[in-house]
Amino acid sequence: MTTTDLPPPGELPEIAVDPAAFRHLADAQVNVELDTGDMVLNIGPQHPATHGTLRLVVRLDGERVVSADPIIGYMHRGYEKLTEFRTYPQITTLINRIDWLSSFANEVPFIDAAEHLMAIEAPPRAQYLRTILTELSRIATFVLFLGEMGLQVGAITPAFYGFRDREYVLNLIEAVTGGRFHPNFNRIGGIKDDLPWGWISECRGVMNKVLASCDEFDDLVVGNPIFQKRTRSIGIIPQELGAAYGVSGSNLRASGVDWDLRRDGPKYLVYDELDWQVWTHPDGDSFARYWVRLQETRESARMVLQMLDQMPSGPLMAKVPRIIKVPAGEVFVNTENPLGEMGYYVISKGATGPFRTKIRSASFSNVSILPWLLRGVYVPDIVTILASLYFILGDIDR
Amino acid sequence: MADEAATEAVPALREQAVDALARLQSELGDAIVEHGAAFGDVVVRVRRDAWRRSAQVCKEQLGCDYLSFIGGIDWMPTPAVAEEGSGDTSTPAQPKEQTYGTAGSDGRYQLLALVESTRRKSWRVILKTDLPDGDLHAESWVSVYPGADWHEREAWEMYGFVFDGHPSLRHLYLPSEFEGHPLRKDYPLLAREVKPWPGLVDVEPMPGAATDGDGDAEGAGETE
Repeated sequence: MTTTDLPPPGELPEIAVDPAAFRHLADAQVNVELDTGDMVLNIGPQHPATHGTLRLVVRLDGERVVSADPIIGYMHRGYEKLTEFRTYPQITTLINRIDWLSSFANEVPFIDAAEHLMAIEAPPRAQYLRTILTELSRIATFVLFLGEMGLQVGAITPAFYGFRDREYVLNLIEAVTGGRFHPNFNRIGGIKDDLPWGWISECRGVMNKVLASCDEFDDLVVGNPIFQKRTRSIGIIPQELGAAYGVSGSNLRASGVDWDLRRDGPKYLVYDELDWQVWTHPDGDSFARYWVRLQETRESARMVLQMLDQMPSGPLMAKVPRIIKVPAGEVFVNTENPLGEMGYYVISKGATGPFRTKIRSASFSNVSILPWLLRGVYVPDIVTILASLYFILGDIDR
Repeated sequence: MADEAATEAVPALREQAVDALARLQSELGDAIVEHGAAFGDVVVRVRRDAWRRSAQVCKEQLGCDYLSFIGGIDWMPTPAVAEEGSGDTSTPAQPKEQTYGTAGSDGRYQLLALVESTRRKSWRVILKTDLPDGDLHAESWVSVYPGADWHEREAWEMYGFVFDGHPSLRHLYLPSEFEGHPLRKDYPLLAREVKPWPGLVDVEPMPGAATDGDGDAEGAGETE
């Protein structure tokens, strides 16, 4: 079922499993002999740890996982096909719903791709607003994770803290864009509106709150011995294997790979004008993924504070024709989204809509490592590993 | 393919892409059919029998340790959804003749993949290969990049491409009884077949409006 030439975690027998073959055996087999047979356990499609409808068919030997097969597609909405039937401005509405926790960040690479093809550059103030809103959606996504990860190991309190802080940030996003989840605020050539009055000082206050609550998460979760016992040395992703699976973002940086598209990719937005750093952790386990995201939340809050100080004035839109026709060509734009690398390969034939869009979403590749990662772990660790990978089903299924 | 001619033909390549292309050319030789530029990135079209070898070269010689994606392209012109003059503007009108994108193509189907390096800045290669009609086979990349597993399953169900050497080609997104390949251009968008575009009822001329814009550029106020 998985590739056989990979190093197995621990000494486990290699069993080829076709889930279709044992679907009718989903009821637990009880073997009368002492040598018990493997048990097949269905996790999901509805399960709190799966952030949507992900189904895991897990084959267990006692408490250990022999093989795991994620079954996806319950939320497949066919966005790649739909983009061929929409115009460019209409498509931002669709791609808002790919990763719904950080919708604004999804829009950026697609709009960037269209702007590349049309040879338009958004004015500096629009670039700053885009960067601020991208970082705000990163914070909103990560504080939810920081709280929810506590919930998965049995701590209720952090979840409330996470939702509280996310609400502060979502209110900021709503005040600018009018939408809490789906801003649909980017336009080809710029951004729709300027900031409302008083927003900048409001945002400063919230960023300071976020920085303070990151310290709280540090004490409450990272320093908690139970949390450490449940996450340290659990679900280790080796560097080379993670990269070859296409695992990206904080998950890869938690395996010690010092790679962030905001810094290392082709220039986009205004990250090169800011003073910030990329955080990595050498361990690659669930704990490292939590720790890296905690640091990145802080870093994002600091970046937003910097941008508020040095934001240029000026127009919000470049000169854009009324009917947007994109010249023929191909372009790939990928950006560092909260969940990892998000990219669009746009093929245009000179029409008002793309000829083909290949959507590269982060969670799809992040989750594709699960069959390898879950082999040999204990059942309760499945939940912490799933939570620490942090995926959104819309981002897997598209 | 002389090197100086290559760099002249592709002025839009960024520095790293010129370097990557030169190294690919020395490693793969005549397995490269054509190459082009996509806004700084190099697009290399390789022969189908070198598909897996080019992945290996990218990973081992060029240091592209990270698999971004594998996908497919169907270059058949998009069949028109609405009849002309029906007022249905729901679907962007695409050109009716079959044209090919960067680095060209021999036929309708192409495989598309992108690999990157996590150690070098902006170091990435876009690979393409043609699959002839009626023989949509290619070598699987799973033994090079294990992450190719799901991407190839997706291309298999969406386009009908068969990957030789893939451990288990089965449906990924769609139900296992599903028939057809939805991302092929001749596969209709079923939502439109079942129900006409609901926007049609709203299509009536706005009072006094000769040009019908989308109003996106209002903020600039300098459009024409």
